[in-house]
Amino acid sequence: MANSNNLSFSIDGVTCLAREGSTILDAARKNGVFIPTLCNLEGIPPKGACRVCSVKVNGKLLTACTTRIAQGMEVENDTPGLNNLRKAIVEMLFVEGNHLCPSCEKSGDCELQALAYRYTMTVPRYPYFYPKRAVDASHPKIVKDHNRCILCKRCVRAVKDEKGRSIFVFLNRGFETKIYIDPELAGKLTDELARKAVEVCPVGAIMPRGEGFKTPIGKRKYDKAPIGSDL
Amino acid sequence: MEKLVVATASLAGCFGCHMSLLDIDERILDLVEIVDFHKSPINDIKEFTRDCDIGLIEGGCCLDENVHVLKEFRKHCRILVSLGECAIMGGLPAMRNGISVRECLEEAYLNGPSVRNANQAKILPNDEELPVLLNRVYPCHEVVKMDYFLPGCPPDADLIWNALTAILENREMHLPYELFKFD
Amino acid sequence: MEESISSILEGHHHDPTRLMDILIDVQDETGFIGDQAVAQIADGVGLSVADVEQTRSFYHFFSKKPTGKYAIYLNTSVNACMMGHDAVARTFEVEAGIPCNSVTRDGLIGLFDTSCIGMSDQEPAAIINGKIFPNLTPFRVKELIRDIREGKSVDELVVEGYGDGQNSNSDIRAVVNNNIRKIGPVLNPNYKPGEVIRKKLPEMTPQQVIDEMKRSNIRGRGGAGFPTGMKWEICRQAESDEKYIICNADEGEPGTFKDRVILTERPKLLLEGMVVAAYATGAQKGILYIRHEYKYLKTYLEKLIEGAHKRNLMGRDIAGIKGFDFDVRIQFGAGSYVCGEESALIESAEGKRGEPRDKPPFPVEKGYLDKPTVVNNVETFCSAVKVLLYGAEWYRSFGTTDSTGTKVLSISGDCRYPGIYEVEWGFSVNDICGMAGAEDVMAVQVGGPSGSLVSPSDFDRVLCYADLSTGGSLIIFNHSRDLLQDVVLNFTSFFIEESCGSCSTCRIMPVILRDKLIKILNARGVKQDITDMLSWAEVLKASRCGLGQTAANPIITSIHNFRHLYDQKTRGEARYDTGFDLNKATQEAMMATGKFVMSE
Repeated sequence: MANSNNLSFSIDGVTCLAREGSTILDAARKNGVFIPTLCNLEGIPPKGACRVCSVKVNGKLLTACTTRIAQGMEVENDTPGLNNLRKAIVEMLFVEGNHLCPSCEKSGDCELQALAYRYTMTVPRYPYFYPKRAVDASHPKIVKDHNRCILCKRCVRAVKDEKGRSIFVFLNRGFETKIYIDPELAGKLTDELARKAVEVCPVGAIMPRGEGFKTPIGKRKYDKAPIGSDL
Repeated sequence: MEKLVVATASLAGCFGCHMSLLDIDERILDLVEIVDFHKSPINDIKEFTRDCDIGLIEGGCCLDENVHVLKEFRKHCRILVSLGECAIMGGLPAMRNGISVRECLEEAYLNGPSVRNANQAKILPNDEELPVLLNRVYPCHEVVKMDYFLPGCPPDADLIWNALTAILENREMHLPYELFKFD
Repeated sequence: MEESISSILEGHHHDPTRLMDILIDVQDETGFIGDQAVAQIADGVGLSVADVEQTRSFYHFFSKKPTGKYAIYLNTSVNACMMGHDAVARTFEVEAGIPCNSVTRDGLIGLFDTSCIGMSDQEPAAIINGKIFPNLTPFRVKELIRDIREGKSVDELVVEGYGDGQNSNSDIRAVVNNNIRKIGPVLNPNYKPGEVIRKKLPEMTPQQVIDEMKRSNIRGRGGAGFPTGMKWEICRQAESDEKYIICNADEGEPGTFKDRVILTERPKLLLEGMVVAAYATGAQKGILYIRHEYKYLKTYLEKLIEGAHKRNLMGRDIAGIKGFDFDVRIQFGAGSYVCGEESALIESAEGKRGEPRDKPPFPVEKGYLDKPTVVNNVETFCSAVKVLLYGAEWYRSFGTTDSTGTKVLSISGDCRYPGIYEVEWGFSVNDICGMAGAEDVMAVQVGGPSGSLVSPSDFDRVLCYADLSTGGSLIIFNHSRDLLQDVVLNFTSFFIEESCGSCSTCRIMPVILRDKLIKILNARGVKQDITDMLSWAEVLKASRCGLGQTAANPIITSIHNFRHLYDQKTRGEARYDTGFDLNKATQEAMMATGKFVMSE
């Protein structure tokens, strides 16, 4: 694996090296640079759904999770304009659903909330929609709370049955889009897949049945330090 | 230095934010050195008799009465602060926002397990004196202009202290990460 | 029902990539696609119920519930509204006795809204069981509902007589008019179908075809303007066992209808263009993706393709060129504007939700079924044939240096002669208004909702890629129109309806902006609201595709070019208005407790 970092590029003016074929996001992380994400998750194909990882290349907005590094690429990342854009997207997601952090089991471990903390979102600049959404507790192993769903498609992409068929999908389109769960396949969900569905959800929209609030306040993932501090 | 005047109110809240305000412990003694409390549940002053510098609002608006109180505060306070999740986004009371008012009332007065057989006449209280439910719970800033927002359920006592002193000393607010939480 | 679905599945070889065709057939045959049908289809093609449901629920013309024996889809576009949609819609509701988006209790009539159906020059128009009924009036609606109740067939509902040109062809029989007002070199009927395939292609190498295209400087006619020759060349150079040519006939931009006319009057030219592209790129298969609203052209076009095979203009060893094989199939959409975006169109043609893909890779590298694919507009293929027929020099003699050739325009709105005009690039907005007989013009929407709302001070601007780039839709508004209410709000609602929902930005922001606009229209807006709209709309630039990126254009361009209309609505002294209305907010509780009774 000699000389595998064979592309040189820059992030906010700092020269970095990356392996050919890596995305801007992966390359940034390998170089210790934080780019926020919500829909991206290592191990599943990127989708570019949340747009939170938007960076600028040649003045053009691109999602870092789907764009591959090219030799000499100049990436803008940690700029006031881009951070405002990311904060705006987080705020939009907060008003789109019903995100009642005080009563959510995922609070403290939630990636959406963590980004809101990181960008010091005191209040979204947009009016709240308070959509009428349901909690679907009809499945034996998981509870789907549509109020908290940010439509990142992680569950859609990560959880398939043994034949490669979808269990979670998008239903409808536009502002009416929501996650639909295959009733039959969800009924036969293995423990492993159920755990995976819960694990991949960045917010508290897919929760395991019969447990919650396991970690005390103060010990949760984002209680002490902002998301991305591990980089 | 002239003392600044602070007023507080709890609208559709649980008084938790007020409790948190008292959680600044012995610093409350420092606080009363620099501020006077006017209309507030803390001292039970019920009417505005003067204009205030700062109004701290806990809770969102779920009743017409909340709206009237909030508008009074806007009229009499130079700076209004949304204190806590309920004031900022409705909080737990806003869980009813997906349910119709009629259903809420019927659950509370006719069908709920504690009233099922008690309210034989099937009356939904409607006395003139009673406040009227709004169609949903509104965050304060969707009713009047709010100047500052301090999140938390409740906001940490130190966060409130930081914010209040910043306003009092007319400097930029410092919201440290460990104190800046939505729960 | 189970049997007919079985035979539909059989007909499409249980192929999951043909899910669109299967769903279209089931919808057509049974009038809806319910849970039972979805389960049977899923089983039949080896997908999960969820997989089928995600595609079904994406498209406007797939319905979970029965749509009625007569399913009436009434267009709600800006043009329809300008020409009397509201009265027509009310009459439909009153006569049928149901509100829109419902079905009569006897299951006879279903009444639904739908986005622009490509009939902007003859609105208001409705689609009834696939047949177009343009130029509707309340009087005509009464007749239609009466005849439906009397049990007349959809064909028997027609009293207008069929339209001009091929519209009255026995394979079309549509009440639609072409309204061709100006013919240029591309639409010129003085053309012998097959001539380029037979006479030119055998004398040229594929590279020579591409070189000729490059020399002509022709650029994509769908709106984005990518150089066609370069696109073909990249596809030619891509290594693959299979390549595809796709014709994008999914024109859905409100105000656009030129492809409808080309598909009706010059389909052979279009098909010949696809064959030329196949020759140049080495593709063996083609797909003609047509919007659902033009399904009335199906039989007609299928027969033409059949005819091309018979005449050796398609099929094997085309025009005697050994190894040159190419075949075209027709793929219909099912009601989704975003499928006009090339990668969404490909997803749709593969039987999936029409969600645009992340690029790169571009379709020329990885397109239909991940094979190199050229996607071009109807008009681009037609122009390509003429480029080869008369040469690049000839083609370059039309238009401007940066934008060569001609553009077919769809002109509608407040003008005496709405219809199709083929003009050279470089026409000004003024020229266009004059040509179409428009007077007292307040504004022209250039390029559909995703384009610009242009004010008279800019009417000397010209149509070309460098200035006013357009796929060809021009809607004219005179001074009687309320631009904010009738145009900007309608367009913004259109984008909300047509967003695929995949990007957070495009899914949410247009709704936020629409609510803000409504606040201003309700006289509750303040100056800050206008500033907010402009700055908030910025996030849309982070969207994946053109729909999302341009979804705020109606608002942004109207603020820039018609600021006074916003200022008039926000004239009050207030610097802050939350829009909160205590009377409205308490109304529900007052009624529930009997404190207050709604007055008439």
